[in-house]
Amino acid sequence: MTPKFKAQAGTFESSDIMILIEPLEKDSGRKVDISSTVMLQFEEDIKATINQVLDTLQVQDLHLIAKDKGALTQTIEARVETAVKRSLGIQEGTM
Amino acid sequence: MKNAIGVEIPEYIEGLGKLEPFQGVWNSIIEDEVPVTNISRTLKAKKPHVSKLCKNLEEAIKRCKPFDGMTVTCHHHLRGGDGVLMQTIKILDEMGIKDITLASSSLTSAHDGLVPYLEKGMITRIFTSGIRGALGDAISVGKLKYPAIIHSHGGRVRDFLTGRIKPDLSVLAASAADEEGNATGAHGPSAFGSMGYADIDARYSRNVIIVTDNLVEYPCVPCTVRQHFIDYVVKVDSIGDATKIASGTTRITNSPMDLRIARIAATVIEHSGLFKNGMSFQVGAGGASLAVAKFLREDMKRKNIIGSFMIGGVTSYGVDMLNEGLFHSIFDVQSFDAAVSTSVLNNPNHIEISCDQYANPNNCGSMTNKLDVVVLGALEVDVDFNVNVITGSSGEIRGASGGHSDTASGANLTVVVCPAFRGRLPIVKDRVHTVVTPGESVDVIVTERGVCVNPSKPNLAAKLKEAGVQVVDIHDLKVEVEKMTGVPAEKQLGDQIVALVEYRDGTIIDVIYNVKNLS
Repeated sequence: MTPKFKAQAGTFESSDIMILIEPLEKDSGRKVDISSTVMLQFEEDIKATINQVLDTLQVQDLHLIAKDKGALTQTIEARVETAVKRSLGIQEGTM
Repeated sequence: MKNAIGVEIPEYIEGLGKLEPFQGVWNSIIEDEVPVTNISRTLKAKKPHVSKLCKNLEEAIKRCKPFDGMTVTCHHHLRGGDGVLMQTIKILDEMGIKDITLASSSLTSAHDGLVPYLEKGMITRIFTSGIRGALGDAISVGKLKYPAIIHSHGGRVRDFLTGRIKPDLSVLAASAADEEGNATGAHGPSAFGSMGYADIDARYSRNVIIVTDNLVEYPCVPCTVRQHFIDYVVKVDSIGDATKIASGTTRITNSPMDLRIARIAATVIEHSGLFKNGMSFQVGAGGASLAVAKFLREDMKRKNIIGSFMIGGVTSYGVDMLNEGLFHSIFDVQSFDAAVSTSVLNNPNHIEISCDQYANPNNCGSMTNKLDVVVLGALEVDVDFNVNVITGSSGEIRGASGGHSDTASGANLTVVVCPAFRGRLPIVKDRVHTVVTPGESVDVIVTERGVCVNPSKPNLAAKLKEAGVQVVDIHDLKVEVEKMTGVPAEKQLGDQIVALVEYRDGTIIDVIYNVKNLS
């Protein structure tokens, strides 16, 4: 699947993560940009979690921007899933 | 050589000399006998009716004949609002003085401006109890020529008395002073309360300058710092901003997590066997620890408990408890918000004490040794109950030893409060990055996910369990937390020692290496 809309989920609160998604042209693949307060400690973990959710939902051709303030894995999964579903137009929400 | 907690300590460090390894909380403190020489007070002379007043700080410093390699000290009673230390360093730099040892009782956000002076070698050594912000980052990446020494508040007094720190020039801010140098922090437009740390500098420094924005008619009453120690007096427009004394660490938190931890900690105290009339008490500044006072206050009222004394680190919250009659007295070495100074001035049961009386391990009457209960914060704790209050998640210096290890060693019950994790970073570790307070002196660690009792206190654990407190093994807690957060990547450290943590008895308890990546 490929995203149709720009979408976001999450907040800038501590222990949360803000996920922004914008659609890219067909066959562009995935571009994932991460910034995090725990980058030094958990960069690989965060990257792996995000990609895992994208794999599970089988989405491609998107630019995902993650701004993390130390969210736990479950929080990251939930925020990414919500943002993806909003971008696909299958779930209502902001943006 | 390895110290008692297994840290490799160099025997000698260029610029600092020989080091002694930490050997246990009480091992180097021999009763009735101190195994080191102590210095004598500087002899001074002044002819009758000669004025000590100088027209500005520059003139006063000049009259003290500054020289390369000298030791300069200040106090940190104005915390984030201090305006005197930076002025002093700037003036000395303009005079071309270099290779300075800076020995301020602590360093705060007001001292980020020191970084360029480190970089150009004007300041080459630092002794202090706390380092934060840009200065902490600069030292962490190796910008200070010789390793910084982090001492405790009590350890600083000891360092003065043994000659480890030999102050040549002390520039001390006062909110009121007279022409002879009698000085106080208790009144005046910039009142900041107790002058407990400054009292030591005044007594033992070769040259002492009192700087005040409020020159009062002789004599200044009351006065903490006395005229017979003071060389010069300067009237300036401003000593800083007393409204910045209270940082975020000195207010009662609104964080539900911190309040929950504090509630549990107060319950631990209530069932410790020490919660009775005559109890003495201290709380550290900062989130959950200060909030414990709020719950303790309620519990004391509910059970009609009247305590003996509080010490600290005094906040207006503590003053309220004194005024309500919950404690008989406060011994005040440092006032954490400007409002406390009114109480220092007016309440005879609010007693200003020097840091010597507060926490010096080498006297025979420090208040910390009379403490029943102390509640302290932590950046990290470990399965051996060691506590880190100095280095952050990247290994960078960003905190303060303060009175942490002093009070922990003296109190009957040392309670450390901290969340089990902060923003995905587990706080309970196999080994803290830097040990400031050894686990030997920590009795209980309180988190929102359970209370860990030091295995050396099985009776306490039993009492708490009986009272329904959720007591957990600290190893189990660590595993539980890491299941949620994941295991953080190893820190990227270099092999340059950038700071040494000196235990209160003068031995070295831990070393801090340079950080390659700052988050």
